[in-house]
Amino acid sequence: MGIIEAILLTIATAATPLLIAAVGELVVERSGVLNLGVEGMMIMGAVTGFGVALLTGSPWLGFLAAIIIGALFSLLFAVLTLSLVTNQVATGLALTLLGLGLSGMIGESFVGMPGVRLANLYIPVLSDLPVVGRLVFGQDPIFYLSIALTAGVTWFLFKTRAGLTLRSVGDNHGSAHALGINVIAIRYLAVMFGGACAGLAGGYLSIVYTPQWVENMTAGRGWIALALVVFASWRPWRVLAGAYLFGAVTIGQLHAQALGIGIPSQLLSSLPYLATIVVLVLISRNRRLTMINTPASLGRPFVPDR
Amino acid sequence: MRIELVRRPQHSVLFSALSPFIALALTLVAGAIMFSLLGKNPLEALYYYFIDPLREMWSLHELAIKAAPLILIAVGLSVCYLSNNWNIGAEGQFIAGAVVGSILPVMFPQFQSWIVLPLMLLMGMAGGAAYAAIPAFLKVRFNTNEILTSLMLVYVAQLFNDWLVRGVWRNPQGMSFPGTAPFHEYAILPEIWPAAGRANWGFVFALAAGVVVWFMLSKTLKGFEVRVQGQSPRAGRFSGFSSSRMVFFAFLLSGALAGLAGISEVSGAVGSLNEKLSIGYGFTAIIVAFLGRLNPLGIIAAGLILALTYLGGEAASISVGLSDKVVRAFQGMLLFFVLGCDTLIHYRIRLVPSAAKSAEA
Repeated sequence: MGIIEAILLTIATAATPLLIAAVGELVVERSGVLNLGVEGMMIMGAVTGFGVALLTGSPWLGFLAAIIIGALFSLLFAVLTLSLVTNQVATGLALTLLGLGLSGMIGESFVGMPGVRLANLYIPVLSDLPVVGRLVFGQDPIFYLSIALTAGVTWFLFKTRAGLTLRSVGDNHGSAHALGINVIAIRYLAVMFGGACAGLAGGYLSIVYTPQWVENMTAGRGWIALALVVFASWRPWRVLAGAYLFGAVTIGQLHAQALGIGIPSQLLSSLPYLATIVVLVLISRNRRLTMINTPASLGRPFVPDR
Repeated sequence: MRIELVRRPQHSVLFSALSPFIALALTLVAGAIMFSLLGKNPLEALYYYFIDPLREMWSLHELAIKAAPLILIAVGLSVCYLSNNWNIGAEGQFIAGAVVGSILPVMFPQFQSWIVLPLMLLMGMAGGAAYAAIPAFLKVRFNTNEILTSLMLVYVAQLFNDWLVRGVWRNPQGMSFPGTAPFHEYAILPEIWPAAGRANWGFVFALAAGVVVWFMLSKTLKGFEVRVQGQSPRAGRFSGFSSSRMVFFAFLLSGALAGLAGISEVSGAVGSLNEKLSIGYGFTAIIVAFLGRLNPLGIIAAGLILALTYLGGEAASISVGLSDKVVRAFQGMLLFFVLGCDTLIHYRIRLVPSAAKSAEA
């Protein structure tokens, strides 16, 4: 395996958690809800996934637990913002702060423990192909899931009736309600789907990406996922492109650190964060385009009149 | 059974005052449950959290040290949030203030005069304000979401500070520990009452900032503008207020206060710049701002309460062996309850039996 191939492989592992979390948040935002708690749900998924995989010895049960805890944790956010109509920005922040705090507490005994690894899935014959073989057909199973998830969400949002309903709720909750659509119920489901995705993304970090538990190990990835949704103008395939772009920046700066090119490692480590800002500026510069793409009811409170 | 919200014709004055207390009470109950799940005696743990740190004079001084940055930052954030500017990067502005304010004692240690400290404080405020100006500028000029940019800048500031104190600014006599050389005596923020404890003038700054911003918000036209712009940008435009200038006003003010908090922490409580500059003050201050109901006077009280959780966390970890990691979980829970209870101000909550659903429609 050449060095280039190795780099491309790691880019995929860096991009996969971003992609999963961002696609989940995309569905949430398409339903008109802004959940800034992605970082908190991810870190809860990371600590739970790691812990369950460690206790049971099964990475799969770890992923399952991460998904469940992510969805349950997002339910907290849903009850507050949807049933009690609290401010979505503040509540999302609260979810992040609570998640970071709780995960530190839960994971204290996991620090320094070796994680349970997940074997890659080698598709016979195809994975032996030169160059693309390992890259496309020899990845970990969650990588394939992330691609399937992107395709599935695209299909759901743009090809099914339920997807249309969800988008209509996000674009005009007043009209959707008048049409007899249960706005709140749809938003509950969307928020929990987003939570499940964020949880899985977190579990991927602590089981596959770096198989260990470190406090605050998400290191802002939840926030980058939020930025990716804006960058992608709320379109799943563009989220994938963005996630791989960020994966490349992350891995690129890691390799630059390893090569010791004379730039301090801290400055290289700040590149993904700076890149996020640059990308956000580039995409939001066109006010009209942003207005067209943003779900019109995003972040707006909704109280059904009775 | 179904929960139904009925909008109050007017917001409830009673619940405006009560909601933070209800939230605190609920947090105590939830905390007690959490402590017993962790296998500790909940009453004993709560005692060490909330009562023990208040029993000694030196401990009250420590409370003031922890409360000062929280209050300073949260007072600035209240102006941001009231005007609908979501600055969540105060942690970064705190670090920027600490770094810029430390330039004089670190790079020009031979410059020793009484003027050094005032200059440091001014530079700290300027540093924090300049760092906050970045998301403000990007929001005004490019329409970029300030939540994400201000938050990303926190990581950049943390990494930059880490590079400084491990690299060019590292104390050569520091036994390879990261951190600058200790500041000279003219660069130290004095203690208010050295005989009684360590509390420094940072706490006085915090109280002053609280009172001044409270006056600005409730008694001046600028304060009215902050509210109008926050609640209805359209009405604000018709009144001739500039929303761009409000973005800068809110960000620069909160950045300057966060920067002042940063340099006060470094020159007061610590005495040098190191890599463990902040224990998350910039994020905890968000909780303080909401617990104080975005009112600077309420924020002073809220800052003291959250400072108490830091001290209580230390006390409980020494006395009952409760992990210090519990503190942040506790603080996060508090914000949840605060936000949930605020619903009571604008809505009446009714429990409706399911059968009545159709009859009522």
